[in-house]
Amino acid sequence: MTRFVLGRIGFYTLIAVLLAFFTVPLLWLVTAPFTSDPTYEVRVPDFTWDNFAALLEHPYALPSLWNSVVLSAGTAVLVVIFAALAAYALSRVRLPGRDALLYALLLLSSIITGTAAMVPLFQLAVELNLIDSQFGLILILTGGLLPAAIFMLKDFMDSTPKSYEESARVFGASPLQIVRDVVVPLVRPGLATIAVWAVANVWGNFLMPYLLLSDVEKQPAAVITYTLYTEGGQANLSMLSTFGLLYSIPVVLMYLFVSKKYGFRFHGGIKR
Amino acid sequence: MALRKRSVGVVAVIAAAGLGLAACGQSSSGGGGDAIELTIAQNAIQGGKNEAAAKFIADWVIPKFQEAQKAKGKDVTVKFVPSGVDDEQYKTKLSLDLKSGKGADVIDIDSIWAGEFAEAGYIKPLTEVAGAEADSWDGWSQIPEAVQGMTEFNGKKYALPVGTDGRVLYFNKTLFAKAGLPADWQPKSWQEVLDAGTKLKSSGVPVPIQINAGTAMGEATSMQGVLPLLAGAGGEVQQDGKWSGASQPLKDALGLYQKIYGGGLGDPKLQQEAKGRDKSFQQFADGKIGILMEGDYFWRGVVNPKTGVAKMADRDQVVGYAMIPAMEPGKGIRGQDFVSMSGGALRTVNPNTKHPKEAFELLTFMLSPEALKEETKDGNVRITPRSDVNKEILAGEPLLTFISEKVLPLTAYRPPVAAYPQVSVALQEATAAVVGGTAPDQVAADYQKKLEGIVGGAGNIAS
Amino acid sequence: MAQATSPPETRPEDEAQAPRYSSDAAGLGKARAGAFAAPALLLIAVFLVFPALWVLYLGLTNYRLTGTAAAEPQFVGLDNLLDAVSNPTFWSSTWLTVQFVLGSAVIGQVGLGFAIAWLLRDRRGPLKRVVEGLVILAWILPSAIVSFLWVALLDRDGGTLNALLGLPGFAWLLDHPMLSIIVFNTWRGTAFSMMLYGAALGNVPPSHLESARLAGASGWQQLRDVVFPHIRGHILTNLLLISLWTFNDFSPFLLTAGGPDGKSEVLAVHVYKVALQSGELGYGAAVSTIILLINLVVAVFYLRLLRSKK
Repeated sequence: MTRFVLGRIGFYTLIAVLLAFFTVPLLWLVTAPFTSDPTYEVRVPDFTWDNFAALLEHPYALPSLWNSVVLSAGTAVLVVIFAALAAYALSRVRLPGRDALLYALLLLSSIITGTAAMVPLFQLAVELNLIDSQFGLILILTGGLLPAAIFMLKDFMDSTPKSYEESARVFGASPLQIVRDVVVPLVRPGLATIAVWAVANVWGNFLMPYLLLSDVEKQPAAVITYTLYTEGGQANLSMLSTFGLLYSIPVVLMYLFVSKKYGFRFHGGIKR
Repeated sequence: MALRKRSVGVVAVIAAAGLGLAACGQSSSGGGGDAIELTIAQNAIQGGKNEAAAKFIADWVIPKFQEAQKAKGKDVTVKFVPSGVDDEQYKTKLSLDLKSGKGADVIDIDSIWAGEFAEAGYIKPLTEVAGAEADSWDGWSQIPEAVQGMTEFNGKKYALPVGTDGRVLYFNKTLFAKAGLPADWQPKSWQEVLDAGTKLKSSGVPVPIQINAGTAMGEATSMQGVLPLLAGAGGEVQQDGKWSGASQPLKDALGLYQKIYGGGLGDPKLQQEAKGRDKSFQQFADGKIGILMEGDYFWRGVVNPKTGVAKMADRDQVVGYAMIPAMEPGKGIRGQDFVSMSGGALRTVNPNTKHPKEAFELLTFMLSPEALKEETKDGNVRITPRSDVNKEILAGEPLLTFISEKVLPLTAYRPPVAAYPQVSVALQEATAAVVGGTAPDQVAADYQKKLEGIVGGAGNIAS
Repeated sequence: MAQATSPPETRPEDEAQAPRYSSDAAGLGKARAGAFAAPALLLIAVFLVFPALWVLYLGLTNYRLTGTAAAEPQFVGLDNLLDAVSNPTFWSSTWLTVQFVLGSAVIGQVGLGFAIAWLLRDRRGPLKRVVEGLVILAWILPSAIVSFLWVALLDRDGGTLNALLGLPGFAWLLDHPMLSIIVFNTWRGTAFSMMLYGAALGNVPPSHLESARLAGASGWQQLRDVVFPHIRGHILTNLLLISLWTFNDFSPFLLTAGGPDGKSEVLAVHVYKVALQSGELGYGAAVSTIILLINLVVAVFYLRLLRSKK
């Protein structure tokens, strides 16, 4: 009995420590936007809305959030569709050199997300006439994320039972129908996770959008965040914290929506 | 295999559709009859970095210029391409654009980039791009030689100067009064600065002297730290095409760092923090720093009682300023008693432009007396490149007048060559090492070694 | 029936045991499989493989962002690589990166992620949702914002942590820069591992755990003998991806700018400084190539480690 009680106490202590670890850094984000002249110090806010009012007058802040939505949603859709198809094919059919290819692509993807790749990507975009185009940027971002997405999704596809597919095939369904009606529902939480992962990656990406999109009206919030400085490079903390809060809300909403609708677990499979 | 081919075809169609979309998204420039479209790029954006400059272009330059062109019978539309990022990022983007034959027709660059951009072929001499008008522009006669020098590389002018600045020592008069120091303080040697620091310290000032050091502050360490000190000791980073290595002036400059940070007159930690410069501003505004070396931006943009990032309501009463003394009178560069460093922005015509004449006209339009006066209205005063304008607009601005009249005549500029940014980082690292406790002689020797790697061997270094 | 959680690379053995159709259950066939994979592979070829090879090539030149070397880059062969390996900054960066990956990815994210997933495995309800939600929040917030949160947390004067611990003036980012970015990155990235292990643990058949428990196995024994064999493949995937991402993670720059004096300049930050701040793109590309090689070694190591037993 004491062991049980001790276990409980230990469990809740651990949870409390975890909660503190993950909450304390967020305090600034929820207090500073409501404080006049915020500093790095977390203070009880004086509940002013001035910072929000100032942000509403910012000519690019709110539109840039919309651009972020377009870029990240576009990328997530492409990544999920293409990665799901590829992962399914690679999971079910043994193409020659499949595993080696996947690992090689995964390694190369790390180079492409680094700073050193900016020149090749920029010049590639110039040659393909994809400069200053959100669609072009989406393609480039998708290319960088696909290997890891395929890698993860193939794992999930490997672990779904094949019996449903066989039955569907017996009933004369085409492979595409099988993917759509049988496989996708089974791995839906996995797809949702990949989508959220892709969105989170694009949502915070600054360098490529900045380099590839000249038109400020197409630039996402990550770029606008970097502009909230002054001539001498001082952070404008009231604007930054307020915009940071608004900038965070869409991804939080997305998380809530996805976790409610699909969950982040892959319990779609058969429990044995 | 046939299937695979078909799928490739499908993808090609998708990709082509995408390209079509992308092409639709691009504004067609230059096409359509006599209509001329010009774009102008600056590292300025409404609601963010350098907001005033962005607003000025949108609200005044564009409509007035279009109007003026219309009066001449030309249909010109001007579009502003804002940015608002770190200078390195802006520079990266500009370079990529210019390398690919793209970019705005009129671009602003830091004067320090002129050499490396010219070497890379990103910018061309103004006469080559815009023709003889570039030399015969009547504004040149109003621009001081030294300021014109910023626009030159290998003897040719690559741009028009947009403005300039200067560095001074700021001090807190309240703290000075407490320490028994005069309100009209003007040190004549480094020793007098140190003496003032000692007095401030014994009167309880937490940070008597702040002279930027270390890599975290980046170019601020060079411009508001090691370079003015180097000049004060009679040295320059580059002289007559040769770089200075472990020279005596460098050792002297590093020696002053050692005296300040090793002697408890400054806060060594502040030099290492990623946001240390912001913090130094805040601490000065809070009355914790006695003496601070900074540019005129500090007065205009930091402690400005209205728009500053670390506002001081009583700035005009509390903040004093003095010229930066040479190590000893007469020991500065060119035998000067006082020294400073200056930089500034340039504006030039993109060699890829389809309309070089109009672009150059826009350049001169923005540097006309009317434009400069308009731009510096409403508390947005800065030192313009034109003497005729400065006389008028700086009248109510004691600090800017001080810099314009007393400091600019004895200031120095950085060498505008491609290797400078790396040399600057090496200098910053040297100051960091001294602040961290390494002996100046050792640090200077290490700097020389690093310098050899950067500038291509000992042959390019003056012994 | 195929092992539900078999790691990807064990597939050949599975196929050897089972008739082919049990793997290709939908009757895809090689041609159609190729068609399915084609769009992804095409995008990857154009926007990933091609520019990545270009980067490898740039690493063999003295290409710079500006200056004469921008106009006419010269082929310098392995000079950049030799420069890098003879540069003490590079080696200190490499060592810091190893600490960073081991500390924040392997121990921090994977360890903490698994611990949270394990602690919450049988729970439902608000407690689980709150914990998971907060962990995931740390992961999805944009890094530009997160860096400000952590500066506010660790600041010397007004920082929340110093206020909580009663340590005014303690300079975490200066005196313990590596510890700071390791804890930061653990906070930032634990969610991914947590989700992955949450999923993996959900696939461990409860009956197996039950029988182990009845046989008197301790918690640790259950983990080792029942859970671990089931999630081996997921551990591999997770370690691989997390290590790879952490190797290339540049966000410590936002917190410490690599400082003080390069004491937290991990390789990704080193590349950023070299390529973007100094414009030495050839050298930066060469360092990227070295990172790629290190990643290759790490990947092979993980594969060997977790593949050894079947």
